[in-house]
Amino acid sequence: MAGLTLYDKLWQAHVVDEAKDGATLLYIDRHLVHEVTSPQAFEGLRLAGRKPWRAKTAIAVPDHNVPTTRRAAGIADPVSRLQVETLDRNCADFGIEEFKMNDVRQGIVHVIGPEEGLTLPGMTVVCGDSHTSTHGAFGALAFGIGTSEVEHVLATQCLVAKKSKAMRISVEGVLGLGVTAKDVALAIIGRIGTAGGTGYAVEFAGSAIRGLSLEGRMTLCNMAIEVGARAGMVAVDDKTIDYVRGRPYAPQGVQWEQAVAWWRTLHSDADARFDAEVSLRAEDIVPQVTWGTSPEMVVMVDGRVPDPSSAPNAVKRQDWERALQYMGLAAGTPIQEIAVDKVFIGSCTNSRIEDLRAAAAVVKGRRKADGVKLAMVVPGSGLVKRQAEQEGLDRVFVDAGFEWREPGCSMCLAMNADRLEPGERCASTSNRNFEGRQGAGGRTHLVSPAMAAAAAIAGHFVDVRHF
Amino acid sequence: MTPFTRLLGLVAPLDRANVDTDAIIPKQFLKSIKRSGFGPNLFDEWRYLDVGEPGQDCSARPLNPDFVLNQPRYQGAQILLARDNFGCGSSREHAPWALQDYGFRAIIAPSFADIFYNNCFKNGLLPIVLPAETVDRLFAETFATPGYRLDIDLAQQTVTLPDGSALAFAVDEFRKYCLLSGFDDIGLTLQKVDKIRAYEARRRAEAPWLFV
Repeated sequence: MAGLTLYDKLWQAHVVDEAKDGATLLYIDRHLVHEVTSPQAFEGLRLAGRKPWRAKTAIAVPDHNVPTTRRAAGIADPVSRLQVETLDRNCADFGIEEFKMNDVRQGIVHVIGPEEGLTLPGMTVVCGDSHTSTHGAFGALAFGIGTSEVEHVLATQCLVAKKSKAMRISVEGVLGLGVTAKDVALAIIGRIGTAGGTGYAVEFAGSAIRGLSLEGRMTLCNMAIEVGARAGMVAVDDKTIDYVRGRPYAPQGVQWEQAVAWWRTLHSDADARFDAEVSLRAEDIVPQVTWGTSPEMVVMVDGRVPDPSSAPNAVKRQDWERALQYMGLAAGTPIQEIAVDKVFIGSCTNSRIEDLRAAAAVVKGRRKADGVKLAMVVPGSGLVKRQAEQEGLDRVFVDAGFEWREPGCSMCLAMNADRLEPGERCASTSNRNFEGRQGAGGRTHLVSPAMAAAAAIAGHFVDVRHF
Repeated sequence: MTPFTRLLGLVAPLDRANVDTDAIIPKQFLKSIKRSGFGPNLFDEWRYLDVGEPGQDCSARPLNPDFVLNQPRYQGAQILLARDNFGCGSSREHAPWALQDYGFRAIIAPSFADIFYNNCFKNGLLPIVLPAETVDRLFAETFATPGYRLDIDLAQQTVTLPDGSALAFAVDEFRKYCLLSGFDDIGLTLQKVDKIRAYEARRRAEAPWLFV
């Protein structure tokens, strides 16, 4: 019999009950809650007279609606304010711990989970947010759910799920200087497409992945959903355990030793079989820039905007034409001739300390280009912000003409006041370049933090390897 | 949840791939704390010529005449015909809520994004996967035939065309059962309380750090 994949091991450890057709009742260890996808779930509990099964496994934080400018005056938009106040009230009513807006631990839900040790290897982690795949970086089974399932997990601590197929994406070799986890993620999406992982749980493996820090692995797993995979994951190794050790919610003492002993088994067996395998060579990956309205519309930084006539089929040709029109780009334009209006460094993909350090290293001693109306840096959490300030990164950004903001989701999806105006073009470290994602009519190009920082300085995309 | 059993409905064709949930219901409408009322903002950026904000009277807004759902022949459509990877992106359940609130009860596509597919079943909305060639044919017939209707029978797992031919589709037993009966699946899970408690007792012994 073939060995087990990491996904098999995580799945098996959480099966409560299995029906004949494969529908499985899966136990959930950690439930992360935010203000946008939870109000209707709490309302459902109230209407049915139900209580949370284990309120202590849930932790809540407002992140999508919060302002990134001064917070002393609260939230100006009354609709956003009501949603955040509703979260506060629901958490109080149902006994769920919450990091409120002005708590230093507040931040993007996918940043604070790992940061606080709320995300641990071997856990099942869910959240009403598709980027929950991020937590798979710790050898956890983590995936996004809808609001009905948020209610289901609150009420029963379980989900009804069917096991996905297993895919392994291996990246072997050493990444070049200036090539980051974000570029690996975009290169993978470019290779297999935004539906290439649909129906699969993806394990990222290979020497280049093992070489990534936990921050880098989080960036990669975060974007697993952009190939359609609900879950992305990386095997546990020493780096994982070192990252978790000493975090506020991590186990201690005897329980720590017990936990580590199990965590060390969380890797695919040598003879494990996958339903699909994809492999890339690290040396082939260069900085990436998206040109269209889907993350799969991506090219190398030294490339050009593609010509729809070279699309593989009629449906794609139509998509490319529509994307070029929306993006206001002509086929054949060199990527490095595309000028940007705004730069956004942040989001659950790229707002951790390592991301801010990479951006600051590019910015240090330089000035934002005059043509760039706004370059903003939004740290992933209050603690990331504090650490960056202790390292002096805030001064580097401010001296270069960037804005240094308060933590939250911000212009990744523009639910707060941070957004693009129609026609504005943005170099963004976020995860989605969909039409209107960063503001109606806004044009998004996805890049790494270093590439975004370089675009802010140059006023257009440049190859950060030669910058 | 409203049960889904059988539906004879008008078909509207949305001829683009990778329709994401940001397009289905843009983020500004996610600030609502209710489950209903999203229909007028379904496909907001494609459907209207102005920029939509929460709380507007959508009946007074300028419609985009080029958008398919604004064409008179598709008014009252209950079945949406779509392309590959429909519902990709954000997990927002507001997407099926908006489709449902607008009047759709079923969506036919060659493939769906996982989370969206799952969310549909929780809301009485039936997502049907058919082969790409079949979907191509349905698009052609819908464009060519004003008033084109399909007859969907969930119990039989068939889509019947106007010419009487029937196409079979697959659906998980458990999802089918819940949708046919309109069951609240939390109630079903809570019938397994003993199994959940037994799992917890076992797991607490193996992994006590998860139960502090």
